Formats: sequence, C-alpha cells, structure tokens
Amino acid sequence: MKQTSIKARYLVNLAAALLLFALAVVIGMTGGSTMKLKITPSLWQCSYLIIMAASLNLVLGFLGQLSLGHCGFMAVGAYAASLFSLALQRAGFYTEKSGPAFMLVLLLSFLIAGASAALLGLLVGIPALRLKGDYLAIITLGFGMIIVNLINNLPFCGQQGLSQGSASSALYATGLGFSNDEKMQYLWVAALVVILCMTVMFMFVRSKYGRCIRAIRDNEIAAAASGINVSYYKVMTFTISAFFAGITGTLYACCNASLSTTSFAFTNGSILNSVFIVVMVVVGGMGSLTGSVIAAVVLFLLNYTIKNGAWVAALPAFLQNVFTYPMLVYSIALIVVIMFRPRGIMGSREFALCDIPKWPAWISSYFASRGLEKSAKKEAANHG
Amino acid sequence: MITFIQFLITGLRLGSVYALIALGYTMVYGIIKLINFAHGDFIMVGGYSLFFTIPIMMNVGIPGWLAVVPAIVVCACVGMLVELLAYRPVRKTGNNLTCLITAIAMSFVLENLAQAIPAIGPDPKVPYTLFAKTISVGGVAISHATIITVAVSAVIMAALYFFTQKSRIGCAMRCVSEDKEAATLMGINVNHTIIVTFGIGAGLAAVAALMYIAQYPKVFTTMGATLGIYAFVAAVLGGIGSLPGAVLGGLLIGIVQSGANTYISSSMSDTFVYLILIIVLMIRPAGILGKNVGEKV
Repeated sequence: MKQTSIKARYLVNLAAALLLFALAVVIGMTGGSTMKLKITPSLWQCSYLIIMAASLNLVLGFLGQLSLGHCGFMAVGAYAASLFSLALQRAGFYTEKSGPAFMLVLLLSFLIAGASAALLGLLVGIPALRLKGDYLAIITLGFGMIIVNLINNLPFCGQQGLSQGSASSALYATGLGFSNDEKMQYLWVAALVVILCMTVMFMFVRSKYGRCIRAIRDNEIAAAASGINVSYYKVMTFTISAFFAGITGTLYACCNASLSTTSFAFTNGSILNSVFIVVMVVVGGMGSLTGSVIAAVVLFLLNYTIKNGAWVAALPAFLQNVFTYPMLVYSIALIVVIMFRPRGIMGSREFALCDIPKWPAWISSYFASRGLEKSAKKEAANHG
Repeated sequence: MITFIQFLITGLRLGSVYALIALGYTMVYGIIKLINFAHGDFIMVGGYSLFFTIPIMMNVGIPGWLAVVPAIVVCACVGMLVELLAYRPVRKTGNNLTCLITAIAMSFVLENLAQAIPAIGPDPKVPYTLFAKTISVGGVAISHATIITVAVSAVIMAALYFFTQKSRIGCAMRCVSEDKEAATLMGINVNHTIIVTFGIGAGLAAVAALMYIAQYPKVFTTMGATLGIYAFVAAVLGGIGSLPGAVLGGLLIGIVQSGANTYISSSMSDTFVYLILIIVLMIRPAGILGKNVGEKV
C-alpha cells in the first residue's frame, strides 16, 4: 500500500486538532443541562488525566525509568497556580473571571505551574536519576511523599489552607476555581492546553532528543558508548515530564476549585493518584503517547460508568459486588495485561488517523501470521 | 532525660517491627531482584487472621498469642499463592519493570479483595489487646508489648541468620540469589527455593502483625501500605539483600521516626524518614551494608 506523505499526515492531524478545538468552543456556547452537569466536568477531568498519563509515558515508556511520585509534581503545579491567582486577585489585578486580565492570569498560571514543577523536577532529578530501576522508583516515591507532606505543613497552603475554610471558598469565588457554567465557557481552554501539550510531547519524542532517550531505554551502556550524555538526557526528560505534570495541576485547580493534598497521594480511593497514572501508561502501552491518551479516556469512562452507569445494575449480583471496588478490577486488569502483553496494549505503536484505511490489511495480515505460527507449531509437533 | 529514654524505647519497638517486615522484603529482593510491594499487605492478612482467631483461641482456653501460629500459616500460604499466580508467569515473559508493576498491582488486589469480603469490609476493626500491662523502671513506663516485641524480634533475627548460613535450604537461597543459572547446575530447584523464601518472608510479616496490633490495636485493609513502605525504606537503607542491613535499617527508621515525633512534629516524621533515605542513597547507592555490584557489559 502507498505510504501517505508526511505533509498529508500533518494536514490531517492539524485538521483533526482544529475540529476538536472548534467542537469545544461550540459546546461551550451551546449545550444543555446534561452537558453542563455531567459531560463538561468529565471532559475537564479527562483533560488532566490525558496529559498526566502522556507526560509519565515520557519517563516510563520512552526513557524506561519508573517514577512513582508523578502526582507530587501535579500538586506543586496546582498549589503554585492557585496561590498565584489568589495573590493577583487580592492585589486587585482582576475582579471577575472573564475579560483580558483574567485570560492573562490564566495563561500565567499555566506557565508558573509548569515552571515551578519543572524546577522541582530538575532538583529531584539530578540526584535521583543517578539511581536505576527499583531504587529510582522508591526514591521518586519518597520525593512524592515529601512534597505532599511539606505542602501539608506550609501554613498558607496546607491542611488548614486551601482545602478547607475561607481559602477554599476564596479559590472558588475569586481564584482559579471554575463553576459549572465557567467550565462550559472555558472548555476551549482545556481543549487548547491538551492539544498544545500533546503536540509538544509528540515533537519531543520524534526529535533527535526523543531518539536519544529511546536509545537509553533500549541499552544504557550502548547509548553512552555511542556518545549520548546519559545523565543529561535523563534529567532533561524528567524535567520536561514534570513541566507537563505541573500544567495539569492548573487544570486540576480550575476543575476542582478546592485543593487537598490527599488527592495527590501515592494511593487513594479516587482515579487520580501516582499508581493509577502508572496503570494508565502500562495499559495504554509503554512508548505510545496515543496509547496513553486512549487508556486515560477509556479508564476514566470505565471508572465513571462503574460508579454512575446503568449497565452495572444489569450485571449478576456477584459481579456488582466486585464492581463496588473498582481498584480491584483495574489491578487485576493490569496484571492480565502485563502477563499477555508486557509492553502494554498498544506496545510502542502510535495511533494515526492516516493509518485507519490500512487497518483491514493489518488485521488480516496479523491473523494470517497467527495462522502461520499455529500451522508451523502443528507441523513441528507432527515432526517431533 | 526520661523523655529521651522513652523516645529511644519507642523507637526500638517501632524499629523491631519494621526490621521484621524489612527482612521479608530483603529476602525476596535478594533472591529474585523484585521489590515485593504486596509484602506490606501480608501484614494486613496476618492482622485480620489474628483478629478472627484470637477470640476463638481465648474461648477454647489457649493463650491468645498462640493465634500467631495459624496467622503464620495463612500468611505463608498467601505469599506462596501470590508468587505462583502472579509473579512467576510475569517473570517468564517480562523484565524487571513489568515485575515491579505486577507487584504494585498485586498489592492493590490484596487490599481491595479484603474489602470485598463481607466479614472484613472497609471499616477498621479493633482486635483483642494482648500484653497490655506495663512495668515502670525508674520513672520510665515500659509495656509488656515493648519487651516482648524487642525480644521476639531479636530471637527471630538471630534464628533467621543461622538458618540462612547453616541449613541446606538457607544455603540454597544464598546460591540462587548469587547466580540462578549456576544454582540450577548445582542441582538446586530454583522455583522451589523461591517459593520457600516467599513463605518465610510472609510468615515473618504475620509475627510483625502480632507485634504491631499489640501496640496499636486496630486492623484495617490499608494498614499494610504505610507500614510496608516504611519497612521497605528500612530495607533499602540497610542495603537491600542483606539481612543484618535490614535489621539495622529498621531500627534506624524506627528511632528517627520516634525522634521526629517526640522532638519536632508528628506530621513531619514522614519527611524525615524519606530525607534520611535520600541522603543515604546519594552517598551510598547500595545502602549502608549493601554490596555495590558493578554492571557486566
């Protein structure tokens, strides 16, 4: 089959991105009450889950290092953006959540959240990335815990700060926190951030830097021998990943309008925690950004419908009991995926719009090769 | 002065529990190079089995602490099952990273499976308090639980050390952890040895569970998560794979934690624990007593 030209691929993707953005704008301007109460908040949640999963994939899938404290960077971003917006509001820079002044604040909060998380990622990464594998996992876990613990103990943003009391309502009333109406109105912001972040991440993994970090993943010693500065690229990837995690913090603050550090812990009951982000990356495919996006959306939908969906009620009673503990379902699913597809469902393949016409051919060739394998095995068994 | 001694004793007691758990981590890591994240949840399994068996034992007229025997059996069985059902199949196909992720998933399976069992449920339960009496030495109050915890831990650690050094199966464990292929060639059944290691590690977790609930009489399904993380930090701190290292690390973490609780602030103790871990790993990446093994090209 003829290879689609690179230019055509870019055009198709650009058109798809524009379509997505236009859709977000249209939803923001029209839309009924279901849209406002259910779908828009879900879309906001999806937006930060997608970026979280994709940014962790940079470290876990492309660099091959397990980081268990990814939500710590999100927490830093969320608190930095919230405090910044509250400070500007108190200084009288903006009074209502619209107009050019607020747009500027929103833009700056994204940048500040990303920059503070990236700075922390750099500080954490330089010492931590000297270690490998299991040790790196545990040290990032430790850093994640320290970050959450420190935020809890800071007088102006801890347990008595943004999560409860006056500061929380302040965030909702005057800071970044959006009401359902504003979530509708600013849905395009979430769409734009997702599109921009994903584009930059794609550009990163396809650049020469991306090739270098994949070389490090495949064989660190060989990469170093061919002149790649291993620790430099490791720290750089870690920092970039932290930057995007910080940006999701702002999305989180906008979406939830109240912050508490338990939301960013190593584990908790909700869908957002450092472990669950790892689950998303692994299920989607380590080394496939589109896989992460798909896994984030699918797992979010699964989580949402397990809690609110009608189809659960139609299941037999014992399955309903199991579904009251969604984490049980996810973790068993994770083990099954790891057993049968150690590199995740998508592996390191990417989903491309231009490839959809080729799917039938791929699927038939996949089954043909499976059939060949089977007949070869049979033949071998016959001979043996 | 009394505060100081009290804090040391508390630290020693906490540290002994951590050390018992850390031994399980370190044995499993030594043999298959896997951080067994589910190890913390073996404590939870032990805790619940104690919660259910202590009243039965008391009714029959047997001393309550003997409930630790069925708890050890239950924990060892769970540990071996986890290895058989999850880790072994993944080890065949995957690499270190996939094994680690399986371990994390297994920990969630155990926690949530326990919640899904109606008799356990998500709410904390209060078990019968054992060794509740205290004695006072020169103004310092020491509970029986503290004395028993420290003594039992010391005996178990010594026994474990001799077991790994002198017995046949202990020797096999050391062989497998050094070189799996060579061990196979020497006629050691590697899978058998790994299963036994999981059994012993999980059994130690049951003993730790008894010590822990004697001090903090509360069992809940996520009790193993934080305990497990502290013990794991202890194992890494001492040099993962080394038995004396695990004991040293456990005691160190216990004392640091109780010191931070006594002198600084209880909400900051986590920060100090991880800070110590990070500092030690920066200076000695293999831990205090660990051996730094170079990578073969």
